[in-house]
Amino acid sequence: MTDQQPGTKPSHWDRLYNGQILPVVTVILAIIVIWYAGAVYMNSDRLIDGYERAKTDWTFSDLVEDSWSMERPILPAPQQIVVELDNTVIDKKITSKRSLVFHAWVTLSSTLLGFAFGTLLGIVLAVGIVHVKTLDRSLMPWVIASQTIPILAIAPMIIVVLGHLGLTGLVPKAIISMYLCFFPITIGMVKGLRSPDILQLDLMKTYSASNSNVFWKLRIPASIPYLFTSLKVAVAISLVGAIVAELPTGAVQGLGARLLAGSYYGQTIQIWSALVVASILGMVLVWAVGFAEKLTLRQMGGQSQ
Amino acid sequence: MPDMSSNAVVEIEKLNLIFPAPDAPVHALADIDLTLQAGDFVSFIGPSGCGKTTLMRVIADLETPTDGHISVNGMTPSEARKKRAYGYVFQAPALYPWRTVQKNVMLPLEIMGLSKQEQRQRAEKNLALVNLEGFEKKFPWQLSGGMQQRVSIARALAVEPDLLLMDEPFGALDEITRDHLNEQLLKLWNQTKKTVVFVTHSIPEAVFLSSKIVVMSPRPGKIIDIIDSTLPRDRTLDIRETPEFLEISHRVREGLRSGHSYDD
Repeated sequence: MTDQQPGTKPSHWDRLYNGQILPVVTVILAIIVIWYAGAVYMNSDRLIDGYERAKTDWTFSDLVEDSWSMERPILPAPQQIVVELDNTVIDKKITSKRSLVFHAWVTLSSTLLGFAFGTLLGIVLAVGIVHVKTLDRSLMPWVIASQTIPILAIAPMIIVVLGHLGLTGLVPKAIISMYLCFFPITIGMVKGLRSPDILQLDLMKTYSASNSNVFWKLRIPASIPYLFTSLKVAVAISLVGAIVAELPTGAVQGLGARLLAGSYYGQTIQIWSALVVASILGMVLVWAVGFAEKLTLRQMGGQSQ
Repeated sequence: MPDMSSNAVVEIEKLNLIFPAPDAPVHALADIDLTLQAGDFVSFIGPSGCGKTTLMRVIADLETPTDGHISVNGMTPSEARKKRAYGYVFQAPALYPWRTVQKNVMLPLEIMGLSKQEQRQRAEKNLALVNLEGFEKKFPWQLSGGMQQRVSIARALAVEPDLLLMDEPFGALDEITRDHLNEQLLKLWNQTKKTVVFVTHSIPEAVFLSSKIVVMSPRPGKIIDIIDSTLPRDRTLDIRETPEFLEISHRVREGLRSGHSYDD
């Protein structure tokens, strides 16, 4: 909306008309309606079984009401998740083992550490691949192969090996997270470091610039937009990595541990609320990287597309 | 034969450059003999494919000749490049978009390892020379094409080379801007007494700017005429209406016509 007259704010009707609010609200409402209907459909079998065993008379409205308030539903209704979130996020002290904020923090810390490791590894690999021809040929196939192996298959091995080396707790989780997230950074950085055109490189040659000058004054600045695009993908993946890493480690803390515990005991509401928290966390992380990108690109000329 | 006086900045003898290609090697430069004197404003003019840009890139050590002799300031082009003997202005401004105008001009000076103070002084001085005071903090995209090209000229001048190589620097600009920049460039040449090598395919531009015009023709790229201009050093755009100007233009055009084979 850059071409708006300065000083005239669009009215709500304009926005509706321009398709900003109405479609969004419609889609959200549709999802909620489908969700509630789905909850009835998914949960009705067990409820009807229960009614028949107890030999109670039941009407459709009983069924609907019960299916939205089961203790362990197949598909919980949205308001049950909201209540659970209210219990575990707002009502519990954040130091409590039952607080989702506490578990989110555990996962966040290994996400961030893994993201930092992954960024470092990704950039180092890219620099090597761009500057050393042998590495380009020898390393790239391994980098790609590493991503074809399911992380669930090697996560336990990483835990065992690192445990043998005396590393437990945060670091193994961060390393699994790193394993997933370095890949887009390597790919993006390789492209970014190779993005300067011949003219820009010739210019450096006329100054008889050293390789390190070409690297720091041309290749690195030119790669920054590519780096941020990769970082946005990588931060979301590194959250997934941190959650996955909590599954085979028998962790008792973290969103992954909550998911696992929830599935052991059929606590679907607990699983769903952990998922909601995880997706909010993911959005916040991607937004934070986007914000850093905006600040950096503004420093670097500001003509961000 | 090239003049062997000590004033020669660029001396080229029997120079050939062949770009290897599996099907048909391209003979880009054939038997080039040329001497450029200090303080000359030399234009290379010719149709596309005549090797004028390639010849300049050879002087700048951006291309390596296949055989023949070339010296720049009495050195090989490679030594001259390493001593930063020339400033090069490309067809496009080639500014780094993440650097402000001032930082772009300071780029070669950073690489040369000058002090911050010296860098700033030189940037200020050379931006003033191309009439861009007050634009130091702007980023390239905030400037018009002509202004961007002036920044790139200031950047080349900031190195303080005696030799300025300019590859169709105004080719992408409209005629009004181009006339204006030509006048400024001429003034600059008069003030600084630098040797300028200028590639163009515009006859009026070549005649207006040059003290020496090198006419080239393609397939293979060779020199067909070298014209020493009789126009005074101090000129304004009005000189383009004089008979002398038209005479030189005519000779350039004749040269281009004779060397050009329209193989269609």
